[in-house]
Amino acid sequence: MQTLPLIARSVRPVSRLWRDTPAPSWADAIAFLILAGVAILVISGADGIAQPLARLQLSPVTLDPANLPVYALRTTLRMFAALFASLAFTFLVATLAAKSRRAGLVIVPALDILQSVPILGFLTFTVTLFMGLFPGRQIGVELAAIFAIFTSQAWNMAFSFYQSLRTIPSDLDEVSRGFGLSPARRFFRLELPFATPALVWNTMMSMSGGWFFVVAAEAISVGDTRIMLPGIGSWLALAIDREDFRAIGWAVAAMAVVILLYDQFVFRPVVAWADRFRFEQTASADRPRSWVYDLFRRTRLLPSLVRPVIVAIGRLALIGGRKVARPRPARTGGEARAPVLWILLVTAMALGAAWLVWRYVSRNLEAGDIAMALGLGLVTLVRVMVLIALASLIWVPIGVWIGLRPAWAERLQPVAQFLAAFPANVLFPFAVMAIVHWKLSPDIWLSPLMVLGTQWYILFNVIAGASAIPNDLREAAGMFGVKRWLWWRTVGLPGIFPYYVTGALTASGGSWNASIVAEVVSWGRQRLEATGLGAYIADATARGDYPRVMLGIAVMSLFVISVNRLLWRPLYTFSERRLRLA
Amino acid sequence: MLTVANRPLVTVEGLSHHYGKGHGSQMLVLDKVDLTLRENEVVGLLGRSGSGKSTLLRTIAGLISPSAGKVRFEPDGQGAEPTVSMVFQTFALFPWLTVLQNVELGLEAQKVPIEERRTRALAAIDLIGLDGFENAYPKELSGGMRQRVGLARALVVNPSLLLMDEPFSALDVLTAETLRTDLLDLWSEGRMPIKSILIVTHNIEEAVLMCDRILVFASNPGRVASEIQVDLPQPRDRLDPAFRALVDDIYALMTARAPATPLRDGLFPGTGITTVLPVVSTNAMAGLIEEVDGPPFDGEASMADLADSLQLEVDELFPIAELIQLLRFADLSRGDVLLTPAGRLYAAAEVDERKAMFAQALLAHVPLAQHIRRVLDERESHVAPARRFRDELEDHMSPDYAEQTLRAVTHWGRYAEVFAYDEDRDLFSLENPS
Repeated sequence: MQTLPLIARSVRPVSRLWRDTPAPSWADAIAFLILAGVAILVISGADGIAQPLARLQLSPVTLDPANLPVYALRTTLRMFAALFASLAFTFLVATLAAKSRRAGLVIVPALDILQSVPILGFLTFTVTLFMGLFPGRQIGVELAAIFAIFTSQAWNMAFSFYQSLRTIPSDLDEVSRGFGLSPARRFFRLELPFATPALVWNTMMSMSGGWFFVVAAEAISVGDTRIMLPGIGSWLALAIDREDFRAIGWAVAAMAVVILLYDQFVFRPVVAWADRFRFEQTASADRPRSWVYDLFRRTRLLPSLVRPVIVAIGRLALIGGRKVARPRPARTGGEARAPVLWILLVTAMALGAAWLVWRYVSRNLEAGDIAMALGLGLVTLVRVMVLIALASLIWVPIGVWIGLRPAWAERLQPVAQFLAAFPANVLFPFAVMAIVHWKLSPDIWLSPLMVLGTQWYILFNVIAGASAIPNDLREAAGMFGVKRWLWWRTVGLPGIFPYYVTGALTASGGSWNASIVAEVVSWGRQRLEATGLGAYIADATARGDYPRVMLGIAVMSLFVISVNRLLWRPLYTFSERRLRLA
Repeated sequence: MLTVANRPLVTVEGLSHHYGKGHGSQMLVLDKVDLTLRENEVVGLLGRSGSGKSTLLRTIAGLISPSAGKVRFEPDGQGAEPTVSMVFQTFALFPWLTVLQNVELGLEAQKVPIEERRTRALAAIDLIGLDGFENAYPKELSGGMRQRVGLARALVVNPSLLLMDEPFSALDVLTAETLRTDLLDLWSEGRMPIKSILIVTHNIEEAVLMCDRILVFASNPGRVASEIQVDLPQPRDRLDPAFRALVDDIYALMTARAPATPLRDGLFPGTGITTVLPVVSTNAMAGLIEEVDGPPFDGEASMADLADSLQLEVDELFPIAELIQLLRFADLSRGDVLLTPAGRLYAAAEVDERKAMFAQALLAHVPLAQHIRRVLDERESHVAPARRFRDELEDHMSPDYAEQTLRAVTHWGRYAEVFAYDEDRDLFSLENPS
């Protein structure tokens, strides 16, 4: 009862607000302009989402450069909508998995597998679903596109958050239990801050992946009708149809500008801000910097407008009045027995699902289909492995060279990250033109497209690894005249290996996914196709042959998971155990 | 003092605790511990690591529910139950919160109104001597200052009982001493809201310096081995003969029952492998033997003096001394280390001779080393997977102890060149890499 006045107290009279507020600075002016600009962009970009689908036919996507900024804006908004959905999913699902052993038993393996499933293949199902939910309205298609992006982002974010929750330092955990923090307070004071750095990093990775999908998800074929949402992806699809070389150049430029902008205005400030949550007890020498973040920190008027809100939230948290905060003991014993029933239940459900799948598969497919999919999977496996090896041969020496020169590393590291974020499928048409022009074999020359976007993960991880080689090791090697192959064997390769494995793992996963769009490409009426599992899925999708789409996805997931388990994970464990320089 | 000192604050009755889930692998950490904490006293829990003293502290703090027994908080005259709050060895500060926000955390959980919260937090920061640092982040502070924040955070919620878990062991010697003195000053002047302090330590001098009562813990399973009343007046002087005598006494108490199962010659081969072995480097062992052999000790030294001259805490010194005893290079009794003739020979020997002596002693007195060597000798291939021995050990001890014991023997065996070990293949063998 007495809480209301408490909240009311935080709402100061306007006159006092004016008196207390410091004089605005130039930073305020710029910050306000930025905020206002963003607000206007969001509002104008969201316009039209609620329109009926017919409007799209009336004003179809055109290749007029004047429309390109609006298209780019729509694409970006879709990205961010999916990002927020992914964050919400992350907080909900990962927290549930970490807090409840029963939920964790199901969620964790599911996340682990979903991380490596080729999401692109699912597009067909989800579009039908969402269009059914909102018949005849544009929002259905929008949601389908956003959902496609979401499915490419959410899993690794949730997984990282879950892992952070499971590795909360035990002493901080004891402090919050000792003080009897409520679950909500514990979340905001301990769990969220602790998980933030890893989550930010994974969000950035997810965004990079998301660009790839947004391009693929905007131009959607449902049966015979083709729906094109206004956006860069549709622009690109149209440009490919019309063989408009210039329009593709425009799309590449627009994409570059968009990625540069979101990097400067969103991710760099966030990374600079998240640095404070890094769990370390010593101040590090080089902290990430961002001019936008510095600008907002320099504002004077802005904080005094925001503060009343924060204070009000603080008062809200006090509702209920004083309480005795009792320590919360750790959950031990007791629980150990309970999950047995749960495990039985989950096993039964899994068996049931397996039976359903088997029935569906056996009705619609034959043994020959499965053998064929497996065979094609092997072809794509060879392709991915050869390409990762080739990319490694090229980028490892270059990455080490750059990494050992701090001045270069500092300048080139962001470039490599930018290239990793750039959706490579925007560049595919150029490759197709080249192949058609010189009449090259698609089976070989379409392959490089698979690593076009993912090779940069190898590069920037190797750069990071090489810059982390301790100086004393390099000096010792120099003093004993360790050079060339011996240097690589004793210093270079062991030094970068853990980083390289991380990069190669990411690159390999991304390449599998990319194979669905990279093994079949078209340019106008020209259609190039390479033999492989990616082409198999893409063809089945185009035909609307759902059983084969599912088979293809299942086989690809099987391959990705097997490669991860049998190759990358052992390598990773090995490097963690033997080569960690710390 | 005497009149108020009697009222009990917290009573611990028949407290037992074990870790591990399955049936076979349960480890008894605490075995039927009884304890009463009274008002106006500083009580120390002294013991080696693994003696369960931290578990006891956390049980009183309400962080762990015990497997058996109970912790009772005795209500005061007004019927209010005593409250507790804890200071951590690692400080346990939230790196993303400022000093002020860290200190306010406990009050926040109690939903104390903002203004009052601020006033109380500032007062606690002031009391602990940190004013001026309210807006600093922990990473900007030195270790000593961080622990002051930890102390302020614990005090601001007005606990009746302050629990301290090795609060000074992560600090350097000088800083630790300053903090101890400051804490004792605040305590004796009655400027802290607390009624009693319970402090876990493995530093004997620290315990004697600060406590009115010391409970010495024994390991495996953890239990109270003895209770010592410290009647020296505060402030205490480390050089005071009475102080020294008490420190020596406690060392004697702790060595009297040091090795859990003293090994004797003539035991059936293999029976001794159930002993948990400490991971002690052979360099540390040689260093201790040399220290005792050289002046001023000349072959006989008290543990207290050794701890002093080597700047080692109980937890570091005892395992080394026990290894020397295990190998028959010294006798340990009543807090003294007495080198045997073999020990004195070792001290005088050259590197290779030492190695030979160590190898001989290892095979003669460490049954597990003997066992591994015999298995290797008997096998045609002269190799044996380490897994085999680990499994054998796990029949008698927890997996952690088995791992530790095997690691210790591996290290000694490698040094003595009694057998070799290949980490990649997890394999013992007789061949040494050439």
